[in-house]
Amino acid sequence: MSVLIFIDNAGDHIRKASQEVLSYGAKVAEQLGTTAEGIILGTVTYDLTTLGKYGVKKIHQVKDESLNQLDTQVYTKVIAQVAEATGAQVLIFSNNVDGKAIAPRLSARLKAGLVSGAVALPDTTEGFVVRKNVFSGKAFADIAVNTAIKIVSLSPNAYKIVTGDGTAEVVNFNATVETSKIKVTSVTKASGEILLTEAEIVVSAGRGLKGPENWGMVEELAKVLHAATACSRPVADAHWRPHNEHVGQTGYAIAPNLYIAIGISGAIQHLAGVNRSKVIVVINKDPEAPFFKAADYGIVGDAFEIIPKFTAAITKMKG
Amino acid sequence: MKILVCISKTPDTTAKIAFTDNNTKFDVNGVQWIINPYDEWYALVRAIELKEADASTVIHLITVGGPDADPIIRKALALGGDEAIRVNAESSDSYFIAMQIAAIVKQGAYDLVLAGKETIDYNGSSIGGMISELSDYPYVALATKFELAGTKATITREIEGGEEVCEAALPLTVSCQKGMAEARIPNMRGIMAARTKPLKVVEPITADTLTRVAGFVLPPAKAGVKLVPADNVEELVRLLHEEAKAI
Repeated sequence: MSVLIFIDNAGDHIRKASQEVLSYGAKVAEQLGTTAEGIILGTVTYDLTTLGKYGVKKIHQVKDESLNQLDTQVYTKVIAQVAEATGAQVLIFSNNVDGKAIAPRLSARLKAGLVSGAVALPDTTEGFVVRKNVFSGKAFADIAVNTAIKIVSLSPNAYKIVTGDGTAEVVNFNATVETSKIKVTSVTKASGEILLTEAEIVVSAGRGLKGPENWGMVEELAKVLHAATACSRPVADAHWRPHNEHVGQTGYAIAPNLYIAIGISGAIQHLAGVNRSKVIVVINKDPEAPFFKAADYGIVGDAFEIIPKFTAAITKMKG
Repeated sequence: MKILVCISKTPDTTAKIAFTDNNTKFDVNGVQWIINPYDEWYALVRAIELKEADASTVIHLITVGGPDADPIIRKALALGGDEAIRVNAESSDSYFIAMQIAAIVKQGAYDLVLAGKETIDYNGSSIGGMISELSDYPYVALATKFELAGTKATITREIEGGEEVCEAALPLTVSCQKGMAEARIPNMRGIMAARTKPLKVVEPITADTLTRVAGFVLPPAKAGVKLVPADNVEELVRLLHEEAKAI
């Protein structure tokens, strides 16, 4: 019996989303009176024993270089072998790109009920019930899992990272690894340093900025806040900003601590992607902009005057 | 080539979200229903484009739902597709639904199964992956581009903080998101044609449900916006730092 936590293979570092699931999984194990163990597929260049600080006692590594490439069909079979060998009772993923690709497949293979996009720890007082996002952030559902093995995928930014002193024992797991039927021919990484979906603070701008040439001040504000930059759909569609910055129903759904929306009116499709942000600041010259209804703080005024002042005030505060 | 497109009926994006029966059921009163946008704009339209490029392509649509899903599947047929299958069952459990679709995939020996990346009601992102496993198809999730040359597909998919291009042979399951295709509006000819296209209703196979909705909860209402004068940005910074503790 154990809680088995899937760690994304990001090569040279551990993703924030993986730190979150390790912290979450350790707590779930504590709740169930069992141990938390990690699983990572492929090879990495950092010391996996250090991940013990998130509360895992053991990490099962399948050291096969072919697994450095994610293929859900191959991954599912390997994870199932590890889950079976370790008697995993609960498997935990992040509901990020990798988790969305793998967890459902594994759910079907193990016939283990899946709660995707969990936002809280399971309620284990009666059965196993997990709260998740539904209706694009407009509600939550409590999902009861009926099966012996359970899978939870945790929404990014929904659980606080907890660290302690431990070190983990890294165990090499010899699994049967099939040959992938998918061949990756090229990989492009976005240029920003902070992943939009993992960012604590996001500075986002819309058509109110009038043109791509005005984004310098948005980037400066983001820089002083150590924030990721984002944009609304019309901005991405007009190619003022790359598509991987688009937040909203058809773009990314994000849940940062702070979302600053500049010159975005706040259409319902946009809100669907950002309404899980903990604090929302809206800067818009139109006092009737619907976004103000969803905001915690707002300034009615000209973005071109406010942004530089905002940047200066934050710089001053941070001293 | 045979393509199966998964279609889900979802409440319109602007629908008011409320619950009945002691917060255990979604309140359908006054709700407008639409084709799940990811299924429509990306999965279905890309399938139609593939048929336009190769007229021998056959497109079947599948939905799992009651008779009230018929107008939605007809609307999908008005956009394109040759025939539709409705599995006559309702469930909120992804596994149950995936089992139904996988049974159709096996019967129909489809070369390509397309699904939206998620539905806008349950936001599960689960169906594509589950069908793939149950059909033992390779699966490419969160695809933004899909090109086909013979039986070889070239797909661009989202990865964490970027994208990658990969190649795979059919058969294949792909979950689709923005970038795959541009939204279309059904024209009168399509709407007329959809009336006579076959819509087969089949009874569900026996399948377990692995999860159940115990209840719904609405998020706490926002307290209301606190407006700061435009000439006092320092005050906003102070509030964000001291009150919201967000910076």
